[in-house]
Amino acid sequence: MKIKNQSSLKNKYWLLILAVICVIVMGIETLAGGKGPLHFIANYTVIPMQKGISYAGMWMSDVSSNFATMEEMRKQNDNLQKKVDDLTIDNTRLRQEQYELDRLRELYKLDENYSDYDKIGAHVIANNGINWFSDFTIDKGSNDGVKVNCNVLAGSGLVGIVTEVGPHFAKVRSIIDDSSNVSAMVLSTSDTCILRGDLKLAEDGRIRFEKLPNNDNKIEVGEQIVTAHVSDRFVQGLFIGYISEIKTDASNLTRSGYITPAVDFSKLQEVLVITNTKEEMVSGKEAKKKENEKPEDKKEEKEQE
Amino acid sequence: MKRKVITFVIILVCFLLESTIFHNLKIATVSPNLLIIVTASFGFMKGKKTGMAVGFISGFFVDLFWGHLMGFNMLLYTVIGYLNGAFERLFYDDDIKLPIGLISASELVYGVITYAFMYMLRGDFNFDIYLSHIILPELVYTILVTLILYQIILHINKKLEAEEQRSASRFV
Repeated sequence: MKIKNQSSLKNKYWLLILAVICVIVMGIETLAGGKGPLHFIANYTVIPMQKGISYAGMWMSDVSSNFATMEEMRKQNDNLQKKVDDLTIDNTRLRQEQYELDRLRELYKLDENYSDYDKIGAHVIANNGINWFSDFTIDKGSNDGVKVNCNVLAGSGLVGIVTEVGPHFAKVRSIIDDSSNVSAMVLSTSDTCILRGDLKLAEDGRIRFEKLPNNDNKIEVGEQIVTAHVSDRFVQGLFIGYISEIKTDASNLTRSGYITPAVDFSKLQEVLVITNTKEEMVSGKEAKKKENEKPEDKKEEKEQE
Repeated sequence: MKRKVITFVIILVCFLLESTIFHNLKIATVSPNLLIIVTASFGFMKGKKTGMAVGFISGFFVDLFWGHLMGFNMLLYTVIGYLNGAFERLFYDDDIKLPIGLISASELVYGVITYAFMYMLRGDFNFDIYLSHIILPELVYTILVTLILYQIILHINKKLEAEEQRSASRFV
């Protein structure tokens, strides 16, 4: 009996010690801002394993999709053919407009062109195992030019933003995550609003938007939402999705509603990362302006070096 | 030593599976919590100390890769492992009711505490929505996976125990 008591006492001490360790780690983490050395070590050891298993999983899902029936394929083929026709018509029209735009741009001497961002492709290798958050890991990192605050796209729409980066991996927080906020605007009227990720809506693949000014601009269901020019982390004009529901708030000053994103967040496999961040673009532009303003100063600096 | 290595490998494999393959097998947008199964089963199979150690390591992995605050899941999993260890005396190999009950209780506690500390303290009081959309589906799915995974863990544990007994009797 005595021995048993001793061992249970020991266990209690162990629990206490471990609990204290956990609390200390929490304290350190809060003070250090989430960049401890432990993260660093683990990222080098477990990420390669995740890569391996993830590729195996992708292969398995590829094999299972091979069993889709011929009929489905044919139907899909017909649909796609129709889409190709539509898109070809659209494309010729857009190309004509593009020429016009080029000419007009030249006239206005607009040196900025937001549509040409440097992008690299990446595979999604791991997802957050906890159901309470939605972020994921990709297999490109700082060695490939990915930086914190880089925007991530899939297909045509915005997926999220890079929150953490290692040499060969990066963590992306998706815009449906509960802690995500994006400032966006309605494409047709340029009214800005805030997109707020929400766990409850994430599973139906919807995002809530708020603080859209209730002005004379008529905004209807189906309008396109893109990232806003005022955002300091998201580059301008990335397509997010379509408005699926809109109503005027009780205050009568703002409007809010829901957006159906262009990306299917439950089936992300390949994503595109825009390697220049908004911050760089803004500061780069300022630097350019300064260069143009004071070319002599620059020369002097170079000579000094 | 061999037992320790094998236990660690089980934790690692479950962790890797959870973030990769089980993500593709999501039902109702939730994936099962394999690490809770491992922590709880080692707790009631091998006692408080093992439960704590397994919980500590599992929580460490979770925090390192998925958590938002280092140490939170470590503490939670450690305590869950410890509490399950208290039921070691009631545990028999053939009985499936106790393991399933304990694992579901652990999962429920885990869900509620995660909600309380990660969401409620931020001023989000929609408990019923989180309960019906995340906690309960995760619980059901985890129980389903338990039926398979628990058998595997039990089998491995039996093999190890038999081996340990053999080598112990050899020395005596």
